[in-house]
Amino acid sequence: MGSRPRIGVYICHCGANIASTVDVEAVVEFAKTLPGVVVARHYTYMCSEPGQALIKEDGAKLSLDRVVVASCSPRMHEPTFRAASQEGGVNPYQFEMANIREQCSWVHHDPDEATAKAKILVAAAVAKAYRLEPLEDREVGVTPGAVVIGGGVAGMVAALDVADAGFPAYIVEKSDRLGGRVADLNRTFPDLEPVAEWLPGLVERIQSHPNITVFLNAQVAQVEGYVGNFEVTVVENGGGEEQGSKLQVGAIIVATGYKVFDPQRKPEFGYGVYPQVITTLEMERRLAEGDLSVNGKTPEHVVFIKCVGSRDKQLGNPYCSRVCCMISAKQAQLVRQALPDARVTVFYMDVRAFGKRGEEFYDEARRAGVRYRRGNVSEVYRRGDRVVVRVEDTFLQRTLEVEADLVVLAVGMEARDDADEVAALLKLPRSADGFFLEAHPKLRPVDTAMDGVFLAGCCQAPKDIPDTVAQARAAAASALIPLLRGTVPVISETAEVDPELCAGCGMCVEVCPFGAPALDPLWGVSRVNAVLCKGCGACAVTCPSKAIQVRHFRPDQILAQVDVLAG
Amino acid sequence: MQADIQELARELGLGLDILGCIQCGKCTGGCPISITTALNVRFLVYEALVDALPDLGEMEELWDCTCCFTCVERCPKDVRPAELIISLRSQLVESGKIPGTIGDALMSIFRQGNPLGFAREDRAAWAEGLGIKSARDGCEVLWFVGCVPSYDMRSQAVARAAAKVFQAAGVDFGILGTEETCCGNEVRRVGEMGLFEMLVEEGKPVLESVGVPTMITTSPHCFNTFKHEYGLEETEVLHYTQFLARLIQEGKLSFSGKVAKRVTYHDPCFLGKQNHIYDEPRSILQAIPGVEFVEMDRVRERSLCCEGGGGRMWFEGTNTEERLAFQRVHEAAETGAEILAVACPFCMSMLEDAVKVQGLEDRLKVMDILELVAEAL
Repeated sequence: MGSRPRIGVYICHCGANIASTVDVEAVVEFAKTLPGVVVARHYTYMCSEPGQALIKEDGAKLSLDRVVVASCSPRMHEPTFRAASQEGGVNPYQFEMANIREQCSWVHHDPDEATAKAKILVAAAVAKAYRLEPLEDREVGVTPGAVVIGGGVAGMVAALDVADAGFPAYIVEKSDRLGGRVADLNRTFPDLEPVAEWLPGLVERIQSHPNITVFLNAQVAQVEGYVGNFEVTVVENGGGEEQGSKLQVGAIIVATGYKVFDPQRKPEFGYGVYPQVITTLEMERRLAEGDLSVNGKTPEHVVFIKCVGSRDKQLGNPYCSRVCCMISAKQAQLVRQALPDARVTVFYMDVRAFGKRGEEFYDEARRAGVRYRRGNVSEVYRRGDRVVVRVEDTFLQRTLEVEADLVVLAVGMEARDDADEVAALLKLPRSADGFFLEAHPKLRPVDTAMDGVFLAGCCQAPKDIPDTVAQARAAAASALIPLLRGTVPVISETAEVDPELCAGCGMCVEVCPFGAPALDPLWGVSRVNAVLCKGCGACAVTCPSKAIQVRHFRPDQILAQVDVLAG
Repeated sequence: MQADIQELARELGLGLDILGCIQCGKCTGGCPISITTALNVRFLVYEALVDALPDLGEMEELWDCTCCFTCVERCPKDVRPAELIISLRSQLVESGKIPGTIGDALMSIFRQGNPLGFAREDRAAWAEGLGIKSARDGCEVLWFVGCVPSYDMRSQAVARAAAKVFQAAGVDFGILGTEETCCGNEVRRVGEMGLFEMLVEEGKPVLESVGVPTMITTSPHCFNTFKHEYGLEETEVLHYTQFLARLIQEGKLSFSGKVAKRVTYHDPCFLGKQNHIYDEPRSILQAIPGVEFVEMDRVRERSLCCEGGGGRMWFEGTNTEERLAFQRVHEAAETGAEILAVACPFCMSMLEDAVKVQGLEDRLKVMDILELVAEAL
């Protein structure tokens, strides 16, 4: 370790958050007595510019080699203080944070006890800092190109941006055609634009792009590697023959789409029993073909039922599918156009007409003569050659039996059945509703917990085409960051194996969620790929021969903290 | 029914748009009488939309609507809910199902040209000896006096004050005398569309034959219908508050006396909410020497209706216990004002009654802006 450590300790008031409970001056005086501490100070807000300046100035003037800040959780400000330490000439990995806010001042009320606890937390952090070693920031090179899983609108748009930026893009599509669910639509809201006017052009651009390779009837079978350097195995099922390709890329975009809700799971609507009851997707086809007849008769009354399969806890679909309100408004308008003499009624719980031109589109539907009645339809049954919709009109507070010739169920979206496989392949977490989980709902909406893997479209949550395209282009832009940079940063607090102690049992290989350790076939010992390693420490605690340590979290560092806390 | 009533409204020249309604309740939420009567215009629109309107003959509260148009002002979807009530009333009128007192007023208008039951030939009796000339003798400004100022004793004082003010300002004005006939603003709002059409057909040529570029009205109600419903393209129609504000601004009307009183002002719905004339009445009051002008809490767009419009002068309403005018005069008294200024004969009538009933006579006096101006000349 060389010369004796020189540690600077900084106690933050966090305004009154800490200082009103903890005697910060007493903690400073105490810190000055700890081994290795050469300076201890307190300040109103350590994260402020002047607060950071204290660290920078002391670091240079007093030749500090370690810094401890006692303030909040490291989640927000560890990067702030590491950067300040570095500017003061201190290795950023020889910085340690003591959380005397969430773990002390916010949860304790007695000032004496809180101050005593703050002292112990600071002492533990100083004890660890005393033993920290310098680490270097690291980067690795990136394989140019991206794999896009899914050939719907999201996948196509994302692939196009990657390809237009000059990188190879590989679309892996499970079905035998590009276009996804949008290809099943006739016209789109809110402008009633025919899909045929823009989708074939998009598909054509994909097919003719020199940087894009499309695999149809294909699936991703295996994913290895890490951000910047993935190896994706694609299996094609062309004509009964299986053919595998291994693609080397720097990023992966998941655009696997959704599953249409099967209304047979709501038996009260009689879907599959009565020919008069159809889904919005079937209605798209009928509108495209211009045939709205039922049993050879032109309908006199068409009823739409919203929220079928959505907003339903019993189904495990508590969410709103976000598009059904607008699809209903669209189809109802088109029915009014096609059958001016027919009545069109939409039964609803709420009308959610958000998004650009959404409310206006809803206005247009009503002004076209579509009648909106509030009430969640409870059941559908037969009366002669018509069906009866039974519903309470909750404005009138009257139960109605409404006869109809055609009942359209506005079916929602669900996570795909193969989401399990995709999640397992890419180690993607999922939210409770089954859709893939973004890294942060606001700030990282297209990132995942896996670096280099991005989300686009309805695989993340139900959304309409504009939102899908926006997210797809965001995912492409995010994927292009490592591709354009050419290198990716990797964390330095990684696991390392002492080959002298390793018995080659392979338990670390089993336990690692990131595939970082592997047994060296020649020497029979484990080696950790530092690029894959996230520093979680699962291998270190599993290793029976204690051959693995995680840098920055070594046993002597942790135990020194524990000794203080338990002392 | 939905299609029928919507179609009827269109034929009547109303902008009612039932299909635009999203049942948000902003209309009924803001309706000044919805708290005191059973009338719920939001629900009526829904019933019309889904063909569920009940027997309207049984709905006495349909006549409670004052046509203040707060609902029309506030509706985010431009449905114009009050116009459904007007349309429904017109159906009831067609089938003769109207309250007797309204029927009497309509009959009086039909026969005598005024709803108060007075003789047509007495219409200009109030003006005798005041040196007011007939518009037929040539004038620059036609003053449409209106039914209530012509016949109602309290309002006649306002008419006399108006004549005094116009004369003091040197305005070359004339009146129609016995040729003047009810404007029909309330006739249209109680749904008697046939009579209204007749009044326009007969009245418009009379007005036009005078051939003056400017017509002023005493009442915001006459002003409203002449401005929007008569198609008087060659004539500028002004409420007297606009006219006086202009005279003061041009220096043609000045004051040598004063009114040393604390004064507040009640916005008439047909002047304020429906025609957005808020500033002129206030500018007149503030120009009167000695006036200390104070505002009530609910003013301008939020002004409380006096409950005198839409035919309510001839129909007591289903709840006579809690009149809006009662609330209003207490609001006025709260400001410490000695005078509650009005600019509408209906407001005058409703609020003055309320002052008496609420026992505020020794604290608060209701006066028309014209009377205050005349006092300060």
